[in-house]
Amino acid sequence: MKLSKNFTNPLAANNPVIVQILGICSALAVTVKLEPAFVMGLSVTFVTAFSNLVMSLLRNGVPSRIRIIVQLVVIATLVIVVDQFLRAYMYDVSKQLSVYVGLIITNCIVMGRVEAFALGNKPWDAFVDGVANGLGYAFILVLVAFFRELFGSGTLFGFDVIARFGYVNNSLMLFPPMALIIVGVIIWVHRSINKDLQEK
Amino acid sequence: MGLRNLVDKIKPTFSEGGKLGFLHSTFEGFETFLFVPNTTTSKGAHIRDCNDIKRVMIVVVVALLPALLFGMYNIGYQAGIEGILPAFWFGFLKMLPMIIVSYVTGLAIEFAFAQKRKHEINEGFLVSGLLIPMVMPISVPLWIVALSTAFAVIIGKEVFGGTGMNVFNPALLARAFAFFAYTPQMSGESVWYAADGKTGATALEQLSTTGGMEWSAMDAFIGLIPGSVGETSTLAILIGAAILLFTGVASWRIMLSVFVGGLAFGYLFDVVGLTEFPAYYHLLVGGFAFGAVFMATDPVTSAQTNAGKWIYGLMVGALAVLIRVVNPAYPEGMMLSILFMNALAPLIDYFVVERNIARRKKLIKNVK
Repeated sequence: MKLSKNFTNPLAANNPVIVQILGICSALAVTVKLEPAFVMGLSVTFVTAFSNLVMSLLRNGVPSRIRIIVQLVVIATLVIVVDQFLRAYMYDVSKQLSVYVGLIITNCIVMGRVEAFALGNKPWDAFVDGVANGLGYAFILVLVAFFRELFGSGTLFGFDVIARFGYVNNSLMLFPPMALIIVGVIIWVHRSINKDLQEK
Repeated sequence: MGLRNLVDKIKPTFSEGGKLGFLHSTFEGFETFLFVPNTTTSKGAHIRDCNDIKRVMIVVVVALLPALLFGMYNIGYQAGIEGILPAFWFGFLKMLPMIIVSYVTGLAIEFAFAQKRKHEINEGFLVSGLLIPMVMPISVPLWIVALSTAFAVIIGKEVFGGTGMNVFNPALLARAFAFFAYTPQMSGESVWYAADGKTGATALEQLSTTGGMEWSAMDAFIGLIPGSVGETSTLAILIGAAILLFTGVASWRIMLSVFVGGLAFGYLFDVVGLTEFPAYYHLLVGGFAFGAVFMATDPVTSAQTNAGKWIYGLMVGALAVLIRVVNPAYPEGMMLSILFMNALAPLIDYFVVERNIARRKKLIKNVK
């Protein structure tokens, strides 16, 4: 596969969240505000990128019978690094994200990319694939959080945007069901643009 | 038949290839609104009479009228207006903008979708558009009515494929949206009165906090209590129920079983001592009767099989009372219980059908 295609594909046409419907739980949980969603997206990008890279480097040395355990060790290590980093430098955000940073380890996108791509491709390709999938995930998270924070709190990144014009906050936006509906609407728009994705 | 001739004359303009062909659905919608369609279905077995969905919907609208008219009077009565006619006129003027906003928003979206998808305009909104303002408190801002109507029609209906394909009752979805999105404007002490400055809890809230209410059961039955516009008068709702049952539009199984389920659970809670008022109070206050007669019986979102209807109805009634009594955050449980059972209705039907198949298979085995 060409490198550029390898990079752009997970961003739109094969987006992990809205096409493969992976990583939905965290997309609902951390998208109340833009800042945690943004940080979460970057964290997952870091983990997918480097777990892909490491597993791609190890792919010829790991017996296939124990590969899941090895993957878990690699992913868990990276998640702990991210978690400790957030606690050290972004304590507030880390508190808002609470368990969801630790739960990156169970994010289907991470394990899915390692299994489906990294084990069969060269390190650089795997790394690019990891970055792209992480960014594809991050993009949807930020998009959902944009609408939820704007209409739920009237702010963006904590700055007052429309609340000053007498906007009445829509508290349903702060509840997880609304995140699901927004993801659904994004999928709706996405599929009506990419007609080949529509199920018959 | 001047109108018929006029419609026939302008028909080619709106047909495929005509000058205004893109407005085909809109024209079709108005034509069938005015006249009974002159085409009949050619395939399958059908009962042939002039009842299409529009006529059925109009029966429901007629059945809603007693509750609506009484609700208008009650708005004025609660605001402290003397005399029947002035109170009614006051309520009418308060209610009219809500009805107009609800219809305009909903129909505009329905027409746009029908036009875009090139199918006929469905008339389901005829009822939903009237139900939505009737389940809202009278002082709710009009933009909330518009927003929740839009939400209900787009997310609740068009996403699933339009009228007849929706999982949830659109009117209740609109209310649920408004309730969770704009809780301060939808509940509390001040929203139930159209007059400025007048506040007070609804009968339901009083019952859940103090165990009693300041009105007699007779007041609650007639409907002289604060609450959403259409829901207060159990009497007017029962008149509507009679119309629905007489014309066969709504299922008596569902209506009856909702009341039985609610009464049974209300009695149960009364016996164990969780509530300090007679069980039948549940049926008189809040949206219980309104929900049972007009919402739970929605033929699209309720269970389809006869046994399923009993189970569905009993659970709607039981859950409504359960939420009212056990969950202090929601004094009104009818909305949530109907929406919840809407989601479960296909599952109930599935098991009823499976059971029937299993029973018939067993019969075959026994004969062998």
